[in-house]
Amino acid sequence: MAKYEMVVGLETHVELSTKTKIFCGCTTAFGAKPNTNCCPICIGLPGTLPKLNRQVVHYAIKAGLATHCNIAEDARMDRKNYVYPDLPKAYQISQYDKPLCYGGYITLRSGKKIRITRIHIEEDAGKLVHDRGDTYVDYNRGGVPLIEIVSEPDIRSIEEAREYLENLQLIMKYIGVSDCKMQEGSLRCDVNLSLRPVGSDEMGTRAEIKNMNSFSNMEKAMQYEYERQAELLDNGEAVEQETRRFDVGSGCTESMRGKEDAQDYRYFREPDLVPIHTSPQTIQQLLQQLPELPDSRTKRYLEYGIAPADVASLVKYQAVARYFDEACQGVENPKTVSNLIVGQLFRRMPTDEEKETCTVAEKTAPAQLRELVQLLESGKIRMNLAKTTLETMLDTGKSPSQLLSAEDLSQVDDTALTEICRQVIADNPGNVADFLGGKEKALQPLIGAVMRATKGKADAKTAQKLLRELMACAQ
Amino acid sequence: MAETKPTGVIRKLQKMMTDGSISCRELTQRYLSAIEKENPGLNAYIRVTPDIAMETAARVDEKLAKGIPLAPLEGIPMTLKDNISTDGIETTCCSKILAGYTPIYDAFVWKVLKAQNAVLLGKTNMDEFAMGSSSENSCYGGSNNPYNPQYVAGGSSGGVASAVSAHLAAYGLGSDTGGSIRQPASFCGIVGLKPTYGAVSRFGLIAYASSLDQIGPITTTVEDAALVYDAICGADPMDSTCCGGEKVTPSLGGSLEGMRIGVAREYFDGIRQQDVTDALNNAIAAYEKLGARIVPLELPVLQYALPVYYILACAEAASNLGRYDGIRYGYRTSHYRTVDEMICKTRSEGFGPEVKRRILLGNYVLSSGYYDAYYKKAQNLRQNILRALEDTFTQCDVMLAPTVPMTAFPKGFTSQSQVETYLTDICTVPVNIAGLPGISIPCGADKKGLPIGMQLIANRFCEKTLLSAAYGFEQATWQQHIAPAPMGVML
Repeated sequence: MAKYEMVVGLETHVELSTKTKIFCGCTTAFGAKPNTNCCPICIGLPGTLPKLNRQVVHYAIKAGLATHCNIAEDARMDRKNYVYPDLPKAYQISQYDKPLCYGGYITLRSGKKIRITRIHIEEDAGKLVHDRGDTYVDYNRGGVPLIEIVSEPDIRSIEEAREYLENLQLIMKYIGVSDCKMQEGSLRCDVNLSLRPVGSDEMGTRAEIKNMNSFSNMEKAMQYEYERQAELLDNGEAVEQETRRFDVGSGCTESMRGKEDAQDYRYFREPDLVPIHTSPQTIQQLLQQLPELPDSRTKRYLEYGIAPADVASLVKYQAVARYFDEACQGVENPKTVSNLIVGQLFRRMPTDEEKETCTVAEKTAPAQLRELVQLLESGKIRMNLAKTTLETMLDTGKSPSQLLSAEDLSQVDDTALTEICRQVIADNPGNVADFLGGKEKALQPLIGAVMRATKGKADAKTAQKLLRELMACAQ
Repeated sequence: MAETKPTGVIRKLQKMMTDGSISCRELTQRYLSAIEKENPGLNAYIRVTPDIAMETAARVDEKLAKGIPLAPLEGIPMTLKDNISTDGIETTCCSKILAGYTPIYDAFVWKVLKAQNAVLLGKTNMDEFAMGSSSENSCYGGSNNPYNPQYVAGGSSGGVASAVSAHLAAYGLGSDTGGSIRQPASFCGIVGLKPTYGAVSRFGLIAYASSLDQIGPITTTVEDAALVYDAICGADPMDSTCCGGEKVTPSLGGSLEGMRIGVAREYFDGIRQQDVTDALNNAIAAYEKLGARIVPLELPVLQYALPVYYILACAEAASNLGRYDGIRYGYRTSHYRTVDEMICKTRSEGFGPEVKRRILLGNYVLSSGYYDAYYKKAQNLRQNILRALEDTFTQCDVMLAPTVPMTAFPKGFTSQSQVETYLTDICTVPVNIAGLPGISIPCGADKKGLPIGMQLIANRFCEKTLLSAAYGFEQATWQQHIAPAPMGVML
């Protein structure tokens, strides 16, 4: 058993997907030519003033509501002062002691709650571009709205950290406030990690690892940091309180600055902006705009009797989950729908990106899938036919009614089936003799023959029963 | 001596243009010629814009020719303090660090005035980044007082005050963070109005201390101040702290009968010259004669105003001036190896000593470990001062106080005595701390013939009351008004 337990808190930066920046009308679009999405305000020209984007406040409040936070009636903006070429005003407008949201949590599969200390809004900085020994600054990202979600140090393992972050990412995507693409930097996080002897209640000295931009880097950095700190403690050395960076190449974390070099941000109220007052009515309206969240959706799908693994893969993609819900309308057993989606539809959209938007919906609308499932449930078609029909639907975009003939849909009643079975027995004396001679296996070709004769519409179990009875009588 | 009862220069000039006695181009040309002649002795203008002025004047003349009625400030030659952003015209705050910086947008106030064909003669001198009381902290050197060029015009809007006082502009816009409109108006014998915080948009005003800065008119008469204020006040969606104010011109000229004038002893305690005390006592007597009632007040909290002002203003300034790093615009040092070195040298070379002093002070009072002792305490005291001043307006309609405890400083005084100079802001800073409107109007002269200013203060957004009180006094006492030696455009 491990000697030390890790104690971890995450600070997650989520870029909001508002159309315009937090303090001006510039677009937030990603990937434009450097310094083309800029204006006097977001490059901080002398004399300009920020003007807070209402949508940013609303998105942040939604993020707070979706993570069970309290929403501040009176929130304030503050200046965080530091000098860096990518920060054109030499201060970042952020929130210090009066954040917009506070006191929430995210629930893990185990039922454990990871508490959220606060969520605040702030502006992103630009970025430095290094090219052939020269350094350039691109301010396109400057002024893009961010929320910073700060957790309490409630996380105890790499797995919990990953699950917390995945849940957070999923919630933000569900409520439509961010696309949370780690590779584009719209989700990044800082890890605060310390160790303590298992069983201890004390907090150890923590190191902060900056700017994790993928799940795997976060995991590697945490693993490395755990081992580094454990070794220090084993040797009786102290862990320094410091800020560290993760080097992807070496897989190591390295010190950026120690406690004594910690920046003094000289926070003070942003005098250019007024307090943010949020009325209970606004909160109520925003609450009503929230969609069903992953937690409650998961619970509902489990109640349908769907296997946990399938539930997870449906809930993971909001578009798929919505597709599923729509296809389920009026269906007796949602599990049938989920089986078809996970079993067949997913093969048509192998990538995450395709599932994110549920690309199959372009060919086959949820209503068409529903139609197919209803035919199945009413016994008009059998599963085999349903599956092949679904494939054709996905190929052609046609509906079940367009693809299935009247004959396909005609039911095979017991009288007709009995007649077909008689015919099959008459046509296959060899197999019948084998069966009667005790070869159980010889029944299979006979069932197959019945299925062929009925174009798969017969119920295999009924056919088997009838064949046995008829052969027993004939004996 | 002023020869006629003062009516506004603005209305007079407009009337002359509309009745055809002078064209706008002719008027503008006269101002430009006067600037050419007088400015070398005053150093009021640091950048003259004759082409822009003449183009605008030509447009106004076209309108006049067609008989199209003019907007209130249309065709009137004017000036802007060099911290008000003007699209296409270099704007430097009289700092080396902004050398060569040409804004790509207009300040709200200039946009509004430009839209009504205000004739911009040029940009005027100021203390670097509006930090100072004599305009001598300008990288272009100080502005001189038209009453006596051996004395300063005051500051920080010294250039505007000097220009308007010497009739080198009909009016000008300055900015007031701790007295920068009222103090130079007082020194130069003219009118300076610092509006309520939030009455005039700050958009485009290069910030010194954002929670204190306010743009306002500097004029020769109260009526002109009212006309200019009416043109520039109003809500601006680009300035979240600006909700606009009421127009005041229509309400000028009412009786002062029964108006309650508050006089707080604390404002008078620091007066350094007997003739200033005398002039203010005469002013109080004049108000009584006009039917106003004098209400004695006590405002002990004012003793904290000066330290509160310097702590808050410096803190905000340190943050506001962080952006001047040589990367995007303005001055950049010529030799450097790293970005850090570039920023450091650019700022060391670009800022003057007073600006550096305030940046250091500001960063100090905000730094961890000192924040509670200075910045936080100052914020709390700010609330106390605000409440105390607001309370006084339950007892009076306007307060009367000196603008400055003395008349204009001799040149070179401020650089010799920095702390002494800070102390002279004692009467002007409370208004900024509390966001109130204040106006300085002339009320006499000292033994040396230098003007004495009187300050009136009203409650937030009570510019109507404030200007009515000022107008009543001006109309009643115009005969006591002294003028500088005739210069500039006298029409």
